[in-house]
Amino acid sequence: MADLSLTHFVVLGALLFSLGLFCVVTRRNAIGILMGVELILNSANLNYVAFARYGHGAYDGQVFAIFVIMLAAAEAAIGLAIVLGIYQAFETIDVEATDRLRR
Amino acid sequence: MSITVVVFYLLAAITVLSALGVAFSTSIIYSAFALMGTLLGVAALFVLLGADFLGTVQLLVYVGGILVLTLFAVMLTHRVADMRVSNRAVGRGVGFVLVACVFGWMVHVARHAAWVTGEPGAPAPTTYGIGQVLLTQYALPFELASVVLLAALIGAVVVSRKEVKA
Repeated sequence: MADLSLTHFVVLGALLFSLGLFCVVTRRNAIGILMGVELILNSANLNYVAFARYGHGAYDGQVFAIFVIMLAAAEAAIGLAIVLGIYQAFETIDVEATDRLRR
Repeated sequence: MSITVVVFYLLAAITVLSALGVAFSTSIIYSAFALMGTLLGVAALFVLLGADFLGTVQLLVYVGGILVLTLFAVMLTHRVADMRVSNRAVGRGVGFVLVACVFGWMVHVARHAAWVTGEPGAPAPTTYGIGQVLLTQYALPFELASVVLLAALIGAVVVSRKEVKA
């Protein structure tokens, strides 16, 4: 691991985060937005584990990554249930079509 | 250039190319399958970072659970095939500029911040240590996590079931 620095992993995490953010701001499909959120959570996990590896050798970073994965599972279950509810009510999951409260 | 660096760049290429597929694919099905590549690449990067237990958890929970759930949702909301990618509120151009600014700023921070780094030791099995920490130092968050998961489980059932007339 001598040639591989922390910066490599942090830049890779930044790239994943940027792609996830792009996915979130440009998608109209609700499931696509949830996929972008998954990308963002993965980039955060990558940073946690990289800092745990290059920091002081404690398990704190990995434990936080486990909690993030747990929250991602809960978020996916609730988010997709809401998407299915939106589909039953509106017959579409286009997030721009579900603006009934704004009118 | 050692073998570790080559493996890192290979895994990074797989991860980033799949993430590009997730972000730019016009079909939501292709996005879901590209997401699988990204999740597998991140799991392999966890193993490269010496986090063997976390790599396994990533494989089981993300690839085995969340991705299958996402695919189910894609299949159940069937008319998604005709969705358009661009968004009227934030178009692709504006989104690209925004994301480029954020990415440039983060790379600047990553290159110039004075991270406190130690020299990583040889990879060792982490399962024992994580189990110890989870049941001593992080016992309360661990129990709270179980409550959160139970609430999410019940909430998902309540939200997605059909209305029952009493």
